[in-house]
Amino acid sequence: MVAADSEGPKDPGIRMFRRERSIPLQGSAAALCNNLSVLQLPARNLTLFGVVHGPSAQVLSAAPDGVPLAQRQLHVKEGAGVSAPHITQVHWCVLPFRVLLVLTSHRGIQMYESDGSIMVYWHALDSGDAPSGTWSGRVLVFDIPAKGPNIVLSEELAGHQTPITDIATEPAQGQDGVADMVTADDSGSLCVWRSGPEFTLLTRIPGFGVPCSSVQLWQGIVAAGYGNGQVHLYEATTGTLNIQINAHARAICALNLAPEVGKLLSAAEDTFVHIWKLSRSPQNGCIEVEHCHSECVSDTQVCGAQFCDPSGSSFAVTGYDLTEILRFGSV
Amino acid sequence: MSVRTLPLLFLNLGGEMLYILDQRLRAQNIPGDKARKVLNDIIMTMFNRKFMEELFKPQELYSKKALRTIYDRLAHASIMRLNQASMDKLYDLMTMAFKYQVLLCPRPKDVLLVTFNHLDAIKGFIQDSPTILHQVDETFRQLTEVYGAISAGEFQLIRQTLLLFFQDLHIRVSIFLKDRVQNSNGRFVLPVSGPVPWGTEVPGLIRMFNSKGEEVKKIEFKHGGNYVTAHKEGSFELYGDRVLKLGTNMYSVSRPVETHMSGASKNLASRTQESIAPNPLAKEELNFLARLMGGMEIKKPSGPEPGFRLNLFTTDEEEEHAALSRPEELSYEVINIQATQDQQQNEELARIMGELQITEQPRQSTTKGDDLLAMMDEL
Repeated sequence: MVAADSEGPKDPGIRMFRRERSIPLQGSAAALCNNLSVLQLPARNLTLFGVVHGPSAQVLSAAPDGVPLAQRQLHVKEGAGVSAPHITQVHWCVLPFRVLLVLTSHRGIQMYESDGSIMVYWHALDSGDAPSGTWSGRVLVFDIPAKGPNIVLSEELAGHQTPITDIATEPAQGQDGVADMVTADDSGSLCVWRSGPEFTLLTRIPGFGVPCSSVQLWQGIVAAGYGNGQVHLYEATTGTLNIQINAHARAICALNLAPEVGKLLSAAEDTFVHIWKLSRSPQNGCIEVEHCHSECVSDTQVCGAQFCDPSGSSFAVTGYDLTEILRFGSV
Repeated sequence: MSVRTLPLLFLNLGGEMLYILDQRLRAQNIPGDKARKVLNDIIMTMFNRKFMEELFKPQELYSKKALRTIYDRLAHASIMRLNQASMDKLYDLMTMAFKYQVLLCPRPKDVLLVTFNHLDAIKGFIQDSPTILHQVDETFRQLTEVYGAISAGEFQLIRQTLLLFFQDLHIRVSIFLKDRVQNSNGRFVLPVSGPVPWGTEVPGLIRMFNSKGEEVKKIEFKHGGNYVTAHKEGSFELYGDRVLKLGTNMYSVSRPVETHMSGASKNLASRTQESIAPNPLAKEELNFLARLMGGMEIKKPSGPEPGFRLNLFTTDEEEEHAALSRPEELSYEVINIQATQDQQQNEELARIMGELQITEQPRQSTTKGDDLLAMMDEL
């Protein structure tokens, strides 16, 4: 049965989102996946943005209307090595008692206080003499204290054979401070974990020869974005594929969730950002999705996209070679 | 980033260089036998076995400065000479062309098809030289061996590594502007129509499955683009229809190449980060260059074969003006060996660099005869 998309504006003149004030960047965004991290601080009337340029990453704060306030550049920690290493990701980890800013590179993992002012921890990755470029696929789990630099590597999870591309977590239903987790890798495989005193592998979702660049977890639904432009929605507990969306014409670079309303954002190298609404059928609990909005960012190979508020009424986008963060807000 | 990027970068940039030189040799009415000799000499140097061996070793990409030095050497592998301004323009065109090709590749793996397009054309230039043809076929075989086995994920990383190399380059190229593949701000046009990559479905469909894996419902949505299914996959064999047009020769005598310098790369901050690289970094680059260029085996021209100067511009005056008006942030400072402290250790490189007389200052316009003699003396 084929049904036409009945939701959404029929008149192309009525738009759901409009371009808002852009935030200038000191350096253009690099062509990496998930190359935008956003930390929402509504209590302080601030939003923090993190973008990787290459050898440096920029962390900046902006007011609700997009006026930039402060900015900082971060680099990979000095060390022995051949050439200036590049940062692979900058990401805020929101934990129950604190927020850490994490910077990753082939040299290691650097953790900072949330504004990037102080490095609290550095974990070197053994790459040997030659930068082999082959990542082991290990997932490192760190114990983070509520305060201070006493961070300890507590577990190494084996579940992947190829480099990890993305990790998503969600507070597990009914249990405080305990999260469920999904990890994705270069071969397109996904692992779903339940946390506890140790992490347990719940289920493994095999790949199909295409990298999975981005993954999100929401209410037992795993959303995965792939290099062939598809978004897949899986049942987290069983790993069953419920929905397959031919969403984009090029590789997906980022997925993001607005958890309050179950809105999913997908962005890809085809210049498009799409917004979807996830839900469960009241009859049988099956995962459902509808397309809400499509945004074409002309001539821009999008490399990062994130919602800027938990209700999904605004989002921001970065693109390769672009020296600004584009912002979109609901009309 | 990927340690398998250099061969692809080098071969494709080299291919573009040959397209441009071929076009200028014909535009400047250089006699056929001389033109053929130049291309043959350059191709022979490019595909030299020792050089290829070094190239294919897994290694990180080095800076644009280091790479530019190799192409300077390569362009001077024969009886042809180029002034600094022409060499700058040549390098600008090469890099913007390959940047465009990488950006527009439908699949990351298609960069291999682009490389094969370049190699196919290179074989066209040396049809009557079986030895060099064999060298190129050998490189083809090596490419297939190395890249035939790697995953889609690794190709994605290679693509990202290449794009990192080309980040912030926005030189406007007249052919691209005319063909509307580049905007007036130097950014490339990314079309949202046409065939999807091989292995990708046309966007617009949502399929729903039950717990048994059976499809139960299909919904369409408005994607916003205008895509169609891919017709055919390009061939990765030694001979075959590549399907992809990226990497084929877009120049011809009737389409001269100009670059516009004004309005290029407004972002000075990101570019200056490259030119103030610390010294320890420069040392590694010098070692890399020594290894690579040591394998180049460039023969010095012996005998009375007269050389000539190629101009990438239409007149000498234009070339001079370009040299004087090139924006600061776009200058390719060729690595100055005197600046490093390890000159003694790099004896081999010092010898090679000594042979490589790239004029740091733009030449003042003299009569053509004087120029030639002066250049011959420097060999």
